[in-house]
Amino acid sequence: MTNPSAVRSVGRPLTVEKAKAEERIDTSPDSVKLIFTYVALSAFWLVFGTLVGEYLGLKFVWPELDSISWLTFGRLRPVHTNVVFWGFLSQAMIGLALYVVPRTSQRELYNYTWGWISFWLINASVLIGVITLMAGINNGGQEYREIIWPVFALFAFGLILIAYNLYKTIADRNVKEIYISNWYILAACLWTIILVTIAYLPGYQKDGISQTVIQGYYMHQGVGQWFTPMVLGLTYYFLPKLLNKPIYSYSLGVLAFWTQMTFYTMIGAHHFIFSPVPWWIQTLAIVFSVGMFVPVTAGAGNFLLTMKGKWKSISRSYSLPFILIGVIFYALVSYQGTFQAFRSLNKVWHFTNYGIAHSHMSMYGFVAFIVFGGVYALIPRLTGKEPPQLTVGAHFWLAFIGVLVYNIPLMIGGTLQGLSWIAGDAFIESVTLMEPYWVWRAVGGTMMFISHLVFIYNVWKMRPDSWEMLPEATETQSN
Amino acid sequence: MKLNFHENHKLLFGVVFWGFVALSLIIAVLPALWVQENNEALPASEPLTELEQQGLNVFISEGCVYCHTQQVRPIEMDKTWGRPSAPADYAYINRQDIWRQTPAVLGSERTGPDLTNIGKRQPSEVWQYMHLYNPRSVVKESIMPSFPWLFEIVDNPADDAVTVTLPGDYGPEKGTIVATDDAIALIAYLKSLKQVPLDAQPTAAQKAKADAKVASAVKSKINGATIYSNNCSSCHQSNGEGITGVFPSLVGAPFVSAEDPTNHIRAVLYGLQGITIDGTKYQGIMQPFGELLSDEEIAALISFERTSWGNDAPTITAKDVAEVRNNSELNKIQPEE
Repeated sequence: MTNPSAVRSVGRPLTVEKAKAEERIDTSPDSVKLIFTYVALSAFWLVFGTLVGEYLGLKFVWPELDSISWLTFGRLRPVHTNVVFWGFLSQAMIGLALYVVPRTSQRELYNYTWGWISFWLINASVLIGVITLMAGINNGGQEYREIIWPVFALFAFGLILIAYNLYKTIADRNVKEIYISNWYILAACLWTIILVTIAYLPGYQKDGISQTVIQGYYMHQGVGQWFTPMVLGLTYYFLPKLLNKPIYSYSLGVLAFWTQMTFYTMIGAHHFIFSPVPWWIQTLAIVFSVGMFVPVTAGAGNFLLTMKGKWKSISRSYSLPFILIGVIFYALVSYQGTFQAFRSLNKVWHFTNYGIAHSHMSMYGFVAFIVFGGVYALIPRLTGKEPPQLTVGAHFWLAFIGVLVYNIPLMIGGTLQGLSWIAGDAFIESVTLMEPYWVWRAVGGTMMFISHLVFIYNVWKMRPDSWEMLPEATETQSN
Repeated sequence: MKLNFHENHKLLFGVVFWGFVALSLIIAVLPALWVQENNEALPASEPLTELEQQGLNVFISEGCVYCHTQQVRPIEMDKTWGRPSAPADYAYINRQDIWRQTPAVLGSERTGPDLTNIGKRQPSEVWQYMHLYNPRSVVKESIMPSFPWLFEIVDNPADDAVTVTLPGDYGPEKGTIVATDDAIALIAYLKSLKQVPLDAQPTAAQKAKADAKVASAVKSKINGATIYSNNCSSCHQSNGEGITGVFPSLVGAPFVSAEDPTNHIRAVLYGLQGITIDGTKYQGIMQPFGELLSDEEIAALISFERTSWGNDAPTITAKDVAEVRNNSELNKIQPEE
């Protein structure tokens, strides 16, 4: 330090030096190619899906933005939700799982060809789904199952193939114990296959109320038995790996697993509090919503206690900050969900924009952040190529500040909407009062969208130099 | 075979799979089946006609359900939308076809108003078509999308075509707006959305008693401006000036400024059709509010109208409304009056 008084030292870099990934992991080129392709396509769907979301957000401020049938709000909204669910998050989670499961089973993936078939099925389903939804063909406007069954069946077959592939990988593992990540990841696949089957089968959901019973079950378990256990399973691998220490308590992870399965399954009806759905299902849903404190506290607490004492490693890593934010959002949004289920608070918040904030906190603040963390942790280790630190930092801060600027105004505005209805004001007042909050939502959404452009740039920078340079080139597939 | 979840993958994933199947049966499939088997439409309700069903399909296709609920909750704040919804209200809703499941009409968000009773609250077809073509032509604060693709612009509409006239800049520069079959079906569906009584019609005495009970409970909250905003402003506009040639202005209007409120009360109680005001003939139908609003509410509403936007006529009380209501000779106002 020759000149300690200098506020801006000339030689200081703009970003803090982050730890580089250790040496490239010895993974087969088949695996690198498959995983990177899943991640790259998921990044594409992220940009597409959030471009649609951004556009929808602007329509609240400028309802006359366009008058084209294919771009109307009611058709684009399911495009946004289904693309980010199935195209972005699901595909990225599966891509990461295709690494984690073989790695923790200490063997190769059972069958790479099946992995590719799943890839094509999933992307075909999302692509055709987008076109049909924009053309006005949807499955009864049922949230998150808007894609009609012949198209979504492609996704389901892809998922069944993934599940079988992962199951065979785990079954022929070269370690004695099944690592906890695999519990969560394979369970998520199995649960979602059951969930989607029940959601699309006819026979018990013919009239408007039986349909609603299944709808509550489906839309809640979509989050609770698919996205949540998938990213928790990934976190149980990446967090200890990146911190280079074992998970705080393995048994807590097991406790959280079983309570996740039993408690979460019971609470779908809390999306229909005060509805004509049988009262006992609603009450049961509220009771088990309180029960969710157990798996959430066990899971999030376990992760935070693992991080304890390692804060320096987190600030020196570019993937751990994403995972830290994801874990914090996991706890916050889950506790928030419990409170939203109470009848007294549900009265204020139900039907308002508060629910939109809640879903973005869970799917973005929690699930997407852990996915981002996982991608930045894994891909450089597979390809040997680091993303630029400056742009990873830009991604993190734009996404993090963006998600706050998006959600906090919607929570405030949503609360005011509910209070306006309770006060018996004219309905239109609950629309006009939202305007400034919708402007803020658009600002936050724009920041998030820009961060996704940065993310896809980073994914591009992490790409393998060429498939051929990887040892044992691609033509012959092992297995 | 080891009974150890950590080492036996068949046991672990078998329990995970079949456990979730069992839980799903208990919490979702069996309750849904039970609800479906024990649900029956109300005696007074009728299944959707073919046209109305086609309208429901348009409603679903355009994604209206994402902003409009059809679900009245049994809590005070939802009373404005109707009586609490019952499972029977949804008994007639069914799978659309082999490709598409039963529509989710209950909804999860109320960005726009609940539509459970829209057929009762806004039965005017003229208004519905204008609103569908461009919502801001009748509700200027609205953020609902316009649906111009449900209409055609033609030079010479057929005699039986449903045409739409819009004020000011909202219409096309030339040509006439004609509703397509989809728009006609959609409006027919919206007009069919009316709650029917849960049981047989109550007797007049029961109704009066119930009304009195409700009236005393909500008396403190009755506010003429809010009632106007919720029931009248979509046609007569929040400034009372209406829409030229379509919905009459209330500012300085004869009924509203007359010393004697009888005609004003009759108009609100029983509605109007085809009247001429200051030389302009209005084709549209004004709906009756006698069944929707109590005497107290109508009194508050009329008093608000008679003292707002520069109007300066005497206010009225619930007693005045009751007198008109109970005098059977003062029923509907005829066009020639």
